[in-house]
Amino acid sequence: MLESLKSKLRALSALLNQGRIPYAVCVGLIVLSTALVYGNPRSIPSFLLFVFSASSIYWLRMNRAIQLGLAVFFAVVLVPILGARNVFYLEVIFQIAVFSALALGLNIVVGFSGLLNFGYMAFYAVGAYLWGFFGSQQPNLLHATVTTKALHTPFFMAPDYFYLFIFLGVIVAAILGLLLGLPVLRVRGDYLAIITLAFGEIVRQLANNLDKPLNFTNGPQGLTPIQRPTMPEGVLKLFNNLVQPLVGHRVTDSQAYNILFYLIALLVVVTVIIITYRLDDSKVGRAWTAIREDELSAGAMGINANKLKLGAFAVGASFAGAMGVLFAASRTFVSPETFTFLQSVGVLTMVILGGIGSITGVIVGATVVTLLNIQVLQSFSLFLSQLRQSGAVIPIINFHWSNLSNQLDPSKYQRLIFGVILVLMMIYRPTGLLPAARRKRELTERTEADPEATENGADHV
Amino acid sequence: MSDDRNILVAKHVVKRFGGLTAVNNMNVQIEKGRIVSIIGPNGAGKTTFFNAISGLYHCEEGTIEFEGRRIEALKPYQITELRMARTFQNIRLFGGMTVLENIMVGAYTRLKQHPIQAVFRTAAFRAEEAEAQQRAQELMEYVGLRGVGNELAGSLPYGAQRRVEIARALASQPRLLLLDEPAAGMNPSESEDALLLFRRIRDQLGITILLIEHDMKVVMNISEHIYVMDHGELIAQGGPSEIASNHQVIEAYLGKGAAGAATQTA
Repeated sequence: MLESLKSKLRALSALLNQGRIPYAVCVGLIVLSTALVYGNPRSIPSFLLFVFSASSIYWLRMNRAIQLGLAVFFAVVLVPILGARNVFYLEVIFQIAVFSALALGLNIVVGFSGLLNFGYMAFYAVGAYLWGFFGSQQPNLLHATVTTKALHTPFFMAPDYFYLFIFLGVIVAAILGLLLGLPVLRVRGDYLAIITLAFGEIVRQLANNLDKPLNFTNGPQGLTPIQRPTMPEGVLKLFNNLVQPLVGHRVTDSQAYNILFYLIALLVVVTVIIITYRLDDSKVGRAWTAIREDELSAGAMGINANKLKLGAFAVGASFAGAMGVLFAASRTFVSPETFTFLQSVGVLTMVILGGIGSITGVIVGATVVTLLNIQVLQSFSLFLSQLRQSGAVIPIINFHWSNLSNQLDPSKYQRLIFGVILVLMMIYRPTGLLPAARRKRELTERTEADPEATENGADHV
Repeated sequence: MSDDRNILVAKHVVKRFGGLTAVNNMNVQIEKGRIVSIIGPNGAGKTTFFNAISGLYHCEEGTIEFEGRRIEALKPYQITELRMARTFQNIRLFGGMTVLENIMVGAYTRLKQHPIQAVFRTAAFRAEEAEAQQRAQELMEYVGLRGVGNELAGSLPYGAQRRVEIARALASQPRLLLLDEPAAGMNPSESEDALLLFRRIRDQLGITILLIEHDMKVVMNISEHIYVMDHGELIAQGGPSEIASNHQVIEAYLGKGAAGAATQTA
């Protein structure tokens, strides 16, 4: 059955990729879904179609330049405008971007190099607390307790240092990645998983308890308020003038910040994708894969496995560090609760669900999990509660919806549903939704052109 | 100490595993440009000795010099950088990577690119990658494989995998090539082909070859010098004809009684 489904899909994709059809399909999808989202800002199915239409830009076969243009138009024009109309969608897309970057970072460690890491959230936490500390009033409070003299400015740093701190987040997280890597190089497999798990907990507990003797992290209460970068007023004004008739109202300050953070997250995620893709297709990427496949053999090829593993840890961590800084600023609040073991597992789930080692797969995984997490399940809960209140009855069995227990609320079963999805995936599709495929290279000379040579070559040995 | 004639000199090499002495007082001198074999019955310590040379094991006693440089304390990746390459007895390809990628991994130590260059796709980087791919393809064809560059290495038939492994080793541009039972599991015509390939590698590329082999026919056919090991010790060395008639060697291979019978009939 699976085979026939596959062949049908293949036929469909062949049909869709003829001549000008892909352009029509792609633009049609985008226009349709945009209209739907614009028309009913609260409809979940139309938003899902919107996300799907975004993906069609990628998988339909079109001219590279047009593809790129469509993607840029979609991400930089459509999303902010629709987002200004319904900020919740923008929030969802922002989260997708954040988790995509996290999952891509973890993918370098787990997917490319084959090193299991259960403490990945620690690097995210470090980025978040880095800006959380310097971008809040905490340094001033600390200064006051140490010197008993208060500083004059309410905040220690100007808000626009935020941009610098994205880079600092990268560097600090990378260094921390190296530090974690050093002891971890001695162990493999299960032991590695345990150490990284412990590392994640250590960082979280540090955040939890570093309010004494000197208050750095403000303990379980977390740090707030954290500064956001200043809003470029001119750009906001221009945006307002352009889209106000479309949006129907002036963009408020908080909406403007949502758009700003979305755009920064987009920039970071695009950078992360480019870096990941290019590293993968180089000596370093091949070495990572070689280590994953057979470490001993990789050593015999001249690969210094320790050095490359450290590199993988550092690069993976740096992505999380950058996103952590962004997260702290966008929430204006950080607390240890965000960086639990469960969150680390969540990111790992995205990687595994999407396809370990596959860049596209990991992004799809992050999208699917985020959507499930904050949209589909919650809206389903909402739907059920509406049913309950409406007093509707299922006819034949005479079941009153109002009798439906609150305990059956789907959003309460998030983890259960994930568990089931993961178990099913591991059984039926262990390589993920979009498994990693090795890059096919263009071979020169007779290799492909001459089928006889090919056959001889294969039979020869 | 070491002269220009020998590429590899091992002296008094001892390797123990707990109470077991796997290699005991091995002495080997490999002349440049030769094809040299190490033979011996199962468990004689051949592979252990090989692993000691290529840095997988570190010997407890003795010295190993490669091109006049002491290498017994170096790690495998450092030894590969010095231009010694090896294959494995039980093929150890990167099964999930394509054939071409496998060979390109082999060229790891010869690529100068920096990850930063990779991220920015500099002209130098692209030129080097293109050249590496071109070279990998040439090597693939050199060992007699065509049109399998994009196949996963793990999906190839056994004999082809052996060839890929040799191509991968050659990609590191070695001056000494260690082959661990390269003809194991091959039928006579395949091992004939393999022998031709080894000769070509030596003659055309000027690479010295040290190989471990079980198959006596292969060994006698190709080797210019043979070392015989038994119970971790060197029991004989010499040219193929000397070894073939050596009493101790026959004894090690066939047992005492048989050796007596063999010499009687000889």
